[in-house]
Amino acid sequence: MIATPSASPSTAANASLADGFGDHWRPRLETLLADGRAAGADLVEVFLERTDHLGVLAEQERITSVTPAFGMGAGIRVFLAHRDGFVSTNDLSEAGLQRALEQALGMLGLQRNSQAASLFDGLTPLRDFAATKADWLQRCPMLQEATVRLLDGTAALQRRGRHLQARRGSYARDWQEVLVAASDGTFGRDVRLHQSVGLNVLAADGEHRAGVGRRYGTEGRPDDLRQWDAEASAAEVCESAGTMLYADYVEAGQLPVVLANRFGGVIFHEACGHLLETTQVERGTTPFAEKVGEPIAHAAVTAIDEGLTGGAFGSLSMDDEGMEPQRTVLIENGVLQRFISDRAGELRTGHARTGSGRRQSHTFAAASRMRNTYIAAGPHTPDDLIASVDKGLYCKSMGGGSVGPTGQFNFAVEEGYLIENGKLTKPVKGATLIGEAKEVMPRISMCANDLELAAGFCGSVSGSIFVTVGQPHIKVDSITVGGR
Amino acid sequence: MTISTPADSSSADSATSSLNAEHLRQRLEQLASSAGIRQWDLGAACSTDTSVQVDRGEAKQLKGAQRSSITVRVWNDDGLVGVTSTSDLSYSGLARALSGARDASAYGNPDDTPAFSPLATAPLAHLDQPQHEPRGILQLLDTLRDAERQLLGRHKAIGTVPYNGLAERSSERIYLNSTGACRQQRLTTASLYLYARAEETGRKPRSAGAVRLGYGASELDIAGCIDEAAERTIAHLDYAPIETGRYTCVFSPEAFLDLIGAFSSLFNARAVLDGVSLSNRESIGQQLAVPFLSIHDNGLHPGNIGAAAFDGEGTPTSPLTLLEGGVMRSFLHSEATARAFGVAPTGHAGLGAKVSVGPDWFEITATPGSGGGQAGLDRFNAGEPIVWIDSLSALHAGVKASQGSFSLPFDGWLVRGGEARSIEAATVAGDIRSLLKAIVGFEGEAKVTPDGLCPLVWVESLSVTGES
Repeated sequence: MIATPSASPSTAANASLADGFGDHWRPRLETLLADGRAAGADLVEVFLERTDHLGVLAEQERITSVTPAFGMGAGIRVFLAHRDGFVSTNDLSEAGLQRALEQALGMLGLQRNSQAASLFDGLTPLRDFAATKADWLQRCPMLQEATVRLLDGTAALQRRGRHLQARRGSYARDWQEVLVAASDGTFGRDVRLHQSVGLNVLAADGEHRAGVGRRYGTEGRPDDLRQWDAEASAAEVCESAGTMLYADYVEAGQLPVVLANRFGGVIFHEACGHLLETTQVERGTTPFAEKVGEPIAHAAVTAIDEGLTGGAFGSLSMDDEGMEPQRTVLIENGVLQRFISDRAGELRTGHARTGSGRRQSHTFAAASRMRNTYIAAGPHTPDDLIASVDKGLYCKSMGGGSVGPTGQFNFAVEEGYLIENGKLTKPVKGATLIGEAKEVMPRISMCANDLELAAGFCGSVSGSIFVTVGQPHIKVDSITVGGR
Repeated sequence: MTISTPADSSSADSATSSLNAEHLRQRLEQLASSAGIRQWDLGAACSTDTSVQVDRGEAKQLKGAQRSSITVRVWNDDGLVGVTSTSDLSYSGLARALSGARDASAYGNPDDTPAFSPLATAPLAHLDQPQHEPRGILQLLDTLRDAERQLLGRHKAIGTVPYNGLAERSSERIYLNSTGACRQQRLTTASLYLYARAEETGRKPRSAGAVRLGYGASELDIAGCIDEAAERTIAHLDYAPIETGRYTCVFSPEAFLDLIGAFSSLFNARAVLDGVSLSNRESIGQQLAVPFLSIHDNGLHPGNIGAAAFDGEGTPTSPLTLLEGGVMRSFLHSEATARAFGVAPTGHAGLGAKVSVGPDWFEITATPGSGGGQAGLDRFNAGEPIVWIDSLSALHAGVKASQGSFSLPFDGWLVRGGEARSIEAATVAGDIRSLLKAIVGFEGEAKVTPDGLCPLVWVESLSVTGES
């Protein structure tokens, strides 16, 4: 076999890496932090990471792509008053880290000063959230097992689907070890393990075409792929594709809509969640900046962002700034309670940190980002909501969405049905819902009792991160439905 | 088997952000030889980025990044391909990558195995890409502060420029293979974006922006970027809802290029072979669009700032006619798809076990001698309402490329009787195949944008949903 890193002669830096991150990094990190403080920085933060990724793609009856990747890097952030400089590097040698620190200091007009006294008292004892996660990577399915599971999935699609022109199964495993150290004493280590598996089909019959996909994801569950019910997933995908293949395009207009639970939560994520991040307060792009304590939504709405739900895609033991996550009630009975905040957000807006400083990798500075974000369950049944609509749209499955700098949001409906006289009738496709948070939040008038969460990926200022969206079935009294 | 080596130094120099191609080759050859790997190739990239953001005169975030990465492919004794990527360019990192790629090759697809591009040693086109020394972060900061100040001063309603950035980058990429191919390209680029937010009392906030690219910060058209961002933002201040209905739409060059880009699987041989394109093998030679529409992919156009001289497999970048007179002429290819179609690779490949294919830079023009649909444009009189689509949003969610449908939010204006009024919020929906046959004509000179070259494009009878 070819030598692995631990079997090769190596420099001191890479000897440290071979052992992973831990307390043995303390001397080097304390030197960096002390140097930064001595140069005049208010605060210095170092984020180290190692990653190990595996992607597998199955198409029809073949494995068509296996994409392993591994990496490492550091992000060094220096604060001076309300400003910050951030430098990332792949070079974790002592010289590489010192060079990155000097660059970050230089951005703020600071220089290393060996004569100056440092105002750094040293790191606190390491909080090692990774101690119980050492075997996670080894407990994940090996490549052979992953390929077999995916081929189970594409075979199940073949058995259950009709008119399928393309069948795909994909698996992604992202392992990340992080070490966070800051000159306020913060010193924490964690390991994160995100796995997701998805099935996609393209059904075609003459001019009719329908592409349908579902993806399932968890955090911190090495056995996730083994537990995956490929048959059930395939059944769900094929049922949707069969229905949507012959669906008409939705008629455009202003309509009441009922949004299904699970990924229906993308409406809150896009319409409101992003506007409750302190990054938006800093930019002046949220209409809710001065609204804490005031109603911003219908009294039926209570919304939560947290990082605690076991196995949920957006859960974490500590955020990327070394803070343990909290359960943050954003909106209670329609009244705005709190914002989602990170270190820079607290510094610049005064909103206390919530353990929400997150980033895709060491190449991004952390920012206030959502974790598991959902609307709480209400008192109604899903049937109550549908029965309350004379003519409207039921959105069973949602696609992605986005929100712009003026708070205008949009998201796509993958699988929709007309509601006529309180009942679901024919399937429709091609709908896009658009609106503005300030207008739509007061129109969420009914919440059902069937809260469920769904895994997703959120792209924003600090990159693409793992999140959960969720909600029970909800009713929006009126929203613009784009269609034909 | 174990490898011994005198030191674990990296093939990338993080201080200068440069790659040592010869160093990389020697190490790969040594490692591959020790492991009994006879065929391999490698793509490597290294970059240094510096960027600034400001907020009402203050530095918001100053950022620097040094990145390096490699992707190694190996062919095993059965001829199957495996791949691994890493940011660790040390000897041990390369060894681990090579080992990972060999392990992955056990799962290579025997039905679709990539090979070296036959053009991986063909001559490259000359690209006029001047190299610039970086200005440094403090000078970038001063420049961006000044640009923000000027933009804020253009109209009292412009209160912030919430999304802004000025960046410069120095980068290098390499392609090597075990039969001696060696490609290397160094590049410097700079970019500026300014997105302003304006709000008048009792009215909703409005936003628009502009982007400029150059080979260095000194080349950026900063004044033009400020002018465009200001003009577009101010032009959206007076808005009204639009009635839902069917309209003749005029796409800006940027909007039409975005739409064609989102449906580029029409021209993608990989997507055709995978059965997820609207096109198929028989599409070549078929009429896809109105006869006055031609589309070329031309990464070598001088307007394509930062053009790549070669693709992920080392194939030279070159112009390619996709659509001529509305007729499909060719697809974008990698080595493997080209072999499957019996043509030459076109220079649009990535690097992987399953090689991705993608466009470089579109030239959307009138077919020579066709008149560009002027006869169609002449049918319109000044009284008919026209929807001007300035920019499209949410293409990732609202485009169903394999189905042909789109439903997209847009910013734009309703033009009636020669007067334009911004549209409050609306979506435009349709089918790309129908749209390509409903183009009425082109207006004005083709404009160079970061994504390609395109004139204004008039399209009949598109479904627009508004809030009125």
